[in-house]
Formats: sequence, C-alpha cells, structure tokens
Amino acid sequence: MKQMKIRLTFPRDLTAEPVTYNLVKKFDISFNILKAHVDYKLEGTLLLGLEGTEENLNAAIRYLNETGVIVDLDGTSISIDMDKCVHCGACTAVCVKGALEIGEDYKLHYHGDKCLECMLCVKACPQRIIKNVFDI
Amino acid sequence: MTRTYQEINEKIASGKAVVVDADEIISIVESEGYEKALETVDVVTTATFSPMCSSGAFINFGHAETPIRMEKIFLNNVECNGGLAAVDTFIGATQESIDKGMEYGGAHVICDLIDGKDIHLYATAKGTDCYPRKEISTYININDINEAYLYNPRNCYQNYSAATNSSSKRLYTYMGVLQPNFGNVTYATAGQLSPLLNDPYLRTIGLGTRIFLAGTQGYVTWQGTQYNSAQKRGENGVPLGGGATLAVTGNMKEMSTDFIRPAVFEKYGTSMSVGIGIPIPVLDMEMLKYLCVKDEDIKQTICDYSIRDGRDDAVAQVTYAQLRSGSVEINGKTVKTAPLTSRYKSKEIATLLKEQIQKKEFFLTEPVHMFPQNNSLNGLAIREKKGGNK
Repeated sequence: MKQMKIRLTFPRDLTAEPVTYNLVKKFDISFNILKAHVDYKLEGTLLLGLEGTEENLNAAIRYLNETGVIVDLDGTSISIDMDKCVHCGACTAVCVKGALEIGEDYKLHYHGDKCLECMLCVKACPQRIIKNVFDI
Repeated sequence: MTRTYQEINEKIASGKAVVVDADEIISIVESEGYEKALETVDVVTTATFSPMCSSGAFINFGHAETPIRMEKIFLNNVECNGGLAAVDTFIGATQESIDKGMEYGGAHVICDLIDGKDIHLYATAKGTDCYPRKEISTYININDINEAYLYNPRNCYQNYSAATNSSSKRLYTYMGVLQPNFGNVTYATAGQLSPLLNDPYLRTIGLGTRIFLAGTQGYVTWQGTQYNSAQKRGENGVPLGGGATLAVTGNMKEMSTDFIRPAVFEKYGTSMSVGIGIPIPVLDMEMLKYLCVKDEDIKQTICDYSIRDGRDDAVAQVTYAQLRSGSVEINGKTVKTAPLTSRYKSKEIATLLKEQIQKKEFFLTEPVHMFPQNNSLNGLAIREKKGGNK
C-alpha cells in the first residue's frame, strides 16, 4: 500500500461530480480529507491523504485528470504562480525546512513533501504570488 | 594592448565584437590567461535585478479641453507629486495607495502603465484664470499620455550590507523577514555579475552611459543618491560596504514588466525590483582584471537590524560566495542565508544584453562626465538653527 497527499481544485462545472465517491468505488482508495473548501456551483479545493495500491493510485490520478479536476501532486495548501516568479529568493529566507530553495539553475523550487505549511512564505514573497489556497 | 570605445563600436557594427558576460569572462581568463583574454574579448556584460526603493517616474498627462493646473493628483488612488507644472507629475515607487496601502503602491501604478492597463486619474486644483478647471476624473493609458519616463535617483548599488536579527522578535524590513535569534541572513547583490562590482572605480560608467533598463535602452543620468565612493575597499578595489550608486532614466513606453516589478515587503511597504544591465568595455588590462572579480573576492558585512540607535551593528564579515552557499557562521552558529536579488533575472539580462550587442542593436557610449572619487556621506544631525532660532 502506498500513501500520498494531493490537492484537488474543482472548476465550477465540476463541483457536482461525486469525485471522492468514485475514488473509493472505482479505485478502492481510502482517503482522509485534510482540508476542504467547496462552494457548490462556484469552485472547490480539497486536500486529501490517499492510500491504495500504486496501480490504483495511478489510475485514480488519471481519472481525476480526465474529469477536468486540477490535480496538484505537491499536496499542500501552498500555491505558487511560477509564471510570475522572479526567483529572487526572499521566500527562502523564512522556510526553515528548505521546502523553498533556489536551485543550481538559479530558479525557485518548491518541495511539497518538506513543507510544514507555516505560511510564512506567503507574507515574505514580495511578488505576492505565493498563496494559501484555503485562505479565502 | 588597449582599445577605445570607437574601436569597440566599429567591431560591433561589423558584427565582429566578442561579447561575454561577467560569469563567462572568469572562466575564459582561467583557461586562456589574461593576455589572450585581453586580445579576444571586447565587451563584458553585467546585470542586476534587485529591489530599489529610490525609483519613480515622470509623467505628462496632456491638457484636457478646459485645462487644469493639477495640485492634488492621484493615479489609481496613489498620490503623485503636485509640485510641478500643470499636467506634469512624479510618482514615487514607494508611495502607498489610500485604499490598498502597501499592497498597491507607486511601483504597481508604474508597472500597470507599462503593461498598457488603463489607470484612473483624479486631480483637483484651486482653478486659475489660465487653468479654470478645478477637478478631473478620467482614465489614462501609457499610449495616450505625452511622456512617461522612469527616473530612479538611486539604483544599482555597488555593494550592500547583508542583514540579520539578534533580537527575540521577528523583524519585518526592506531586507525581507528577519527571523529572531540570528534565524537567517538576507543579502541583496548579484555579486560577480553586478555592474558596479565589475568596475569598482567607475572608470567606464558615468553620465551618459547607455544601459539596459527594464527592457529598453536607458541612460545613466547622474551619480546616484547616497553615492559613497569613499567607502573602504579591499585590495581588489571592491568596496566593503555600501558604495557607489547610479541615477538612471529610460522611456517607460518601451519597457517590459519582464524586467521591472513591484515588490511588497511585509510591514515595511512597497518597493520596486528594477532590471539593469551595463556593458563594460575591456579597454585595457586594468579593466579586464576588475571584470574578473569573483563571488569569493566580494566581501560583505552582515548587519544586525535589531540595532537601530547608531551603535555598531556589524556582526560578521563574509564573502558573497559564502552567502550564496546557503549558510554562514555568526558567532559560531550556522545561519541560513537567502537572497533578495534575483540571480536568475540578472543572468537573463546579462545574456540578453550580450545578444543585443552581438546583433548590432546596442552600442557602447563613452561617458561625458565621470563621477567623483572619495565622495563620502553625511549623516543627518538633529540640531538647532545656527545662530539660534530667532
């Protein structure tokens, strides 16, 4: 059995899709809702802890992608608009665990598995492009 | 061997100029030696992309049908200077909007203008015989206004002290968030790629030097404010703390927000990250040696930002190479380091400038006036009027 954390963003036309039901029914995956914000007919965000066989987890991710749900495999509450990032590194100053780091390529890299979700980077980013997706 | 600006520009025009960036020149000299490198390389490009509060823009709106002599002026609720002619203004990058505070300030207005967005203009006046209108509310766009030019009184800092915090409280500063008990160190320089570290005595950079400024060709217009060429220097001429600065200008209508961005520093305010590239001519061996400056040759003082009362705030001296390594030692403790200057953007600009010169789009200029050596800074004394307050 394998465990993973994923973040799902539901576009407004998909908030009525029984996605989590299908995860159990079709792919035999047990899940834990870590965080959720769903506005019926508007949009939704779910942070899920998943457990299942590797094969089923892969199939489940494929299914989610096919339905149009945006799947983020970093599986944290942090969202970074990388297109707007200038790779200055100001956010790395407050990241104790090194989840945010400037790499050898001089670019910012985010490692969701190391992230404590302390949210200090949200305030430290001068470009205001790091967001807590559940902070609405 | 020596070469002149004219010879370099002739080589650029003929497509034969050899141009490299300030990273590349180091490895060229290491593999081929100084003599060979001096013979081969004509121009070295340098660049930086860093937050710089002393930035702003001059704007001329044009006259409305019934004209107004604007006194109180707001662009998207950010107040601009009303102390110039009727429809001229200067907007400062750090001015905060009256509705959104530091999350939207002068730097945001400047960048929204560059992006071609419509900006709300509101102005009031007392009304005069020649300018009867007392109020105006309209929208402006960079394509419709007469002039819009960036004018930054101080950019391109030669060297700037790094920051840390010995206190037990988290500090929010223009050097970013400083964690308590020496929790981190932040620094702001592009190091060996940075323009004024590659020409420490400003032998080739002066009034009229053409530069890459936020995506267009701009110019050095004066020495920058707080110009401290008298700063103590290392053997290689590189200042050990805040040194020279440049005032720069350029046409905002030709700029791109790929190379200029608003920056918001939590609980401090609005600032602006400005991309600047400067081509340095390899005039002779002396210039080549300056251009080979490496991160390990650039020394920085780390200052304690919890000391704000004039006491000595220097806690350690390190090199830029140590700062870039990810951690430094302060009083025996390993402290995490983080940059505020984008090395990625700096390199992008140095590379782009190199390509522009190679494509004959950018030619070098010889300064028409050089900036002073040994220019030191004055503090601000709090005192009575000389001769008494009569």
